[in-house]
Amino acid sequence: MPARLIHRFLQCLLVAVCVMVTMLATDLRAADDLRTMVNALGGGSFQENQKQVEALAKTGDPKIVPALEALSEGDLYQRKSDGMVFIVKPAGSNFKLVDALTGDAAGEEAKAALEKVKVNNGLRRVIRAALGGLTLMSPDAGVRLQAAQTILRTPSADSLEGLDAALAGETDSAVKAVLEKARAASVLVSDRPVEEKKAAIATVVETGGRDSLSLLSGALSSADESLRPDIETGIQQIEDQLQLWAAGQNIWYGLSLGSVLLLAAIGLAITFGVMGIINMAHGEMVMLGAYTTFVVQEIIRNSYPDAFAWSLAIALPLAFLVTGAVGLVMERGIIRFLYGRPLETLLATWGVSLILQQAVRSIFGPTNQEVGNPSWMSGAFELGGLTVTWNRLWIIVFSLAVFAFLLFLLKKTPMGLQMRAVTQNRRMASSMGIRTPWVDALTFALGSGIAGIAGVALSQIDNVSPNLGQGYIIDSFMVVVFGGVGNLWGTLVGAFTLGILNKFLEPYAGAVLGKILVLVLIILFIQKRPRGLFALKGRAVEA
Amino acid sequence: MITSFLAKALGRNIVITVAILLVLAALVPALNLLTAPDHPLHVPTYIVSLFGKYLTYALLALALDLVWGFCGILSLGHAAFFALGGYAMGMYLMRQIGARGSYGNPLLPDFMVFLNWKELPWFWYGFDMFWFAALMAIVVPGLLAFVFGWFAFRSRVNGVYLSIITQAMTFALLLAFFRNDMGFGGNNGLTDFKDILGFNIQANGTRSALFAASAVALALSLIITSGIVRSKYGKILVGVRDAESRTRFLGYRVEHMKLFAFVVSAMMAGVAGALYVPQVGIINPGEFDPANSIEVVIWTAVGGRGTLIGPIVGAILVNGGKSIFTAAFPEFWLFALGGLFVLVTLFLPRGIVGTARQFVERRKEYRKAREAEEARTFATAAEPQAAE
Repeated sequence: MPARLIHRFLQCLLVAVCVMVTMLATDLRAADDLRTMVNALGGGSFQENQKQVEALAKTGDPKIVPALEALSEGDLYQRKSDGMVFIVKPAGSNFKLVDALTGDAAGEEAKAALEKVKVNNGLRRVIRAALGGLTLMSPDAGVRLQAAQTILRTPSADSLEGLDAALAGETDSAVKAVLEKARAASVLVSDRPVEEKKAAIATVVETGGRDSLSLLSGALSSADESLRPDIETGIQQIEDQLQLWAAGQNIWYGLSLGSVLLLAAIGLAITFGVMGIINMAHGEMVMLGAYTTFVVQEIIRNSYPDAFAWSLAIALPLAFLVTGAVGLVMERGIIRFLYGRPLETLLATWGVSLILQQAVRSIFGPTNQEVGNPSWMSGAFELGGLTVTWNRLWIIVFSLAVFAFLLFLLKKTPMGLQMRAVTQNRRMASSMGIRTPWVDALTFALGSGIAGIAGVALSQIDNVSPNLGQGYIIDSFMVVVFGGVGNLWGTLVGAFTLGILNKFLEPYAGAVLGKILVLVLIILFIQKRPRGLFALKGRAVEA
Repeated sequence: MITSFLAKALGRNIVITVAILLVLAALVPALNLLTAPDHPLHVPTYIVSLFGKYLTYALLALALDLVWGFCGILSLGHAAFFALGGYAMGMYLMRQIGARGSYGNPLLPDFMVFLNWKELPWFWYGFDMFWFAALMAIVVPGLLAFVFGWFAFRSRVNGVYLSIITQAMTFALLLAFFRNDMGFGGNNGLTDFKDILGFNIQANGTRSALFAASAVALALSLIITSGIVRSKYGKILVGVRDAESRTRFLGYRVEHMKLFAFVVSAMMAGVAGALYVPQVGIINPGEFDPANSIEVVIWTAVGGRGTLIGPIVGAILVNGGKSIFTAAFPEFWLFALGGLFVLVTLFLPRGIVGTARQFVERRKEYRKAREAEEARTFATAAEPQAAE
């Protein structure tokens, strides 16, 4: 038994060795062929070299990739003494030689002993196509994708064979999609029959996008009569599609702006809407929230750099506490003496806002502070024709979460019940045993705290400077007034309406004029409906 | 009719204030121009300009007081009227530069040459004439106030809502004037003025004349507002302030009352702006800043709203304080201003003049009461004698 086993094993080993030797031999022979072909690049004319590069590409051997890249970069030199071609790197007055195929170091040589293999744009194009074909077979999907995209940019009839071969073996769906598009693009510029071209046009139209549009318009000029109608309808289709995506993108930007407005205004909807207090220092609460984030991030950067991804999660409750505390002090110290005198409240809170601004300026300096994005908030992804950045998406989600939280708090908790009771009938609520002064103070603190956590979110997309709040105060008042005072849903609808309206006006009127138009529209709207979109009805309104 | 208007307008305090203003208008330029620089009574030119500026601020505060103190409209957009008046004057001064600008274009101001404009926009026509610019400095703010007030008061937008949309109005104008396409010099505004009515704008004589003009304008406005406030119409205005619905039910057209006060106030603010610009030598969109409007409110509040002397006192005190503070401790000015907002609303809701007046009246009442008491004790003390 063991003897037979050993025998079999030796047999296998022998076969394996034989196979390896033959493979090595063919490999060596191929390498020899390649070397003569690469060496032939030196001294050839541009036309000869183009043919040579195409011939090299036909071998399909990935070993020639560095050499071709070097040629395209102008780093390929021929040694005058023996006609060998090397990739060179400058090393002082000499050149450091690298073997063109193996990538091994091959000593140094004086500059005078080498001659550059010349390259022009025509040759570069051929090289690019050749490299595309070569890397299509790479085992790395990323490399294959890049190669397919290269061909897509510079389609040529020559790359069709390589594409067909690659398509047959491709398993990655993303790469396959690009390959199909690249093939269609190549078919369009080839001399294939009309039917095949029509199919190609259909493929291109189906993928859509701006580059497909330029591809088709490029093909339109050189196409023959029978294809023109197809291409033209194709272009039309893509343009319609692009317009749709542009509108979608506008809505997205509008939603994003709306979420920012919602965050800035929702705290105000509590203090102004529910309590009837004009808090001109609301913007400064947002600013304090942003600065809390800055301080938290500074501490984390200096002491616990690993926890940076958690910085926002730590800053959120802190910002709520800091600004809530400031709000509580404001209410107890100033505002409670001014109930029933809204215009005076406005002035006093404006004074507080000046003091807070100057305090932050004195402590942190007047310049913008750097607040970083954690990794999960940076970057973007593509959704069809839309580019969606992660921080904007998170802010939309966050603003809706804050909204839901507030709604829950107001409608479903004892505190919310007391708050609503005090708003609707203060004396009756007081008679029922609700301590109205404390409800006032807590409501104001809640509104301020919400402004603080809005500041945490806004620090991710805006400059953190002492003037941060100033930019939001007028907009937030507009949102609350537009949506209807005393109504959280009104604030939600108002914020997103104004955001989307702003972004739709921008392409036609420009950013500044768009904003002016929105302001004018709101002023006119208030004339029509002085109490906003969702007005409270009944006697309480007039009181 | 005018005499009766005047007779009503001129209460004792108003006469005194107007007299002081007129004396200042004559005395300060005289002391500046006629005395040698080392004379003990000499008033340096920068002081003349500084106080000229304060007087225009005082006029602006008085304009705000007319609507806020007497009609209950807290306008947070008065800076817009002030700046529009200033722009009208600035446009005149721009046209006066003529070919002396850096580009030497006889017709177009420098910034238009810079923006490669070929001809003057239509709204710049006529501003080469002083009377037209002066008229526009009053008409444009008045017109804006009329249109804005017409819509706002008719739909009964009042209280805080009105404050917020006036703020939105001046904010929208701020954004608009920042645009280069508007044709008002964009970010940089209008500056580099050379002369006004043919006189060099930097000269001592011109500065003194501008000071005198500001003082006279303030005195005139004081008489006009005093006339308005003391007339029958003024009483209704106060009625609107204190009980709007009740005044309406009594049959008065509240929105017309408000509109008139608002437009007059805007015109006065426009005059203030027109006098302000030649004295500081620049007008830019920053003047539209909503923060400026709120600052005017605090001048009025400090001095005492609902009094006519108060806003003048407040504007001069706060701005004098600002000049001293920003020179000595620039860091703390905003603390001081913010604190002023808080403290005045909490502890001095009537302002300096209002509180002083209240104090004087209490003293009077107290004295009267004591006299009455003394008279009674005297009488009771005398009675037994009479009985004897």
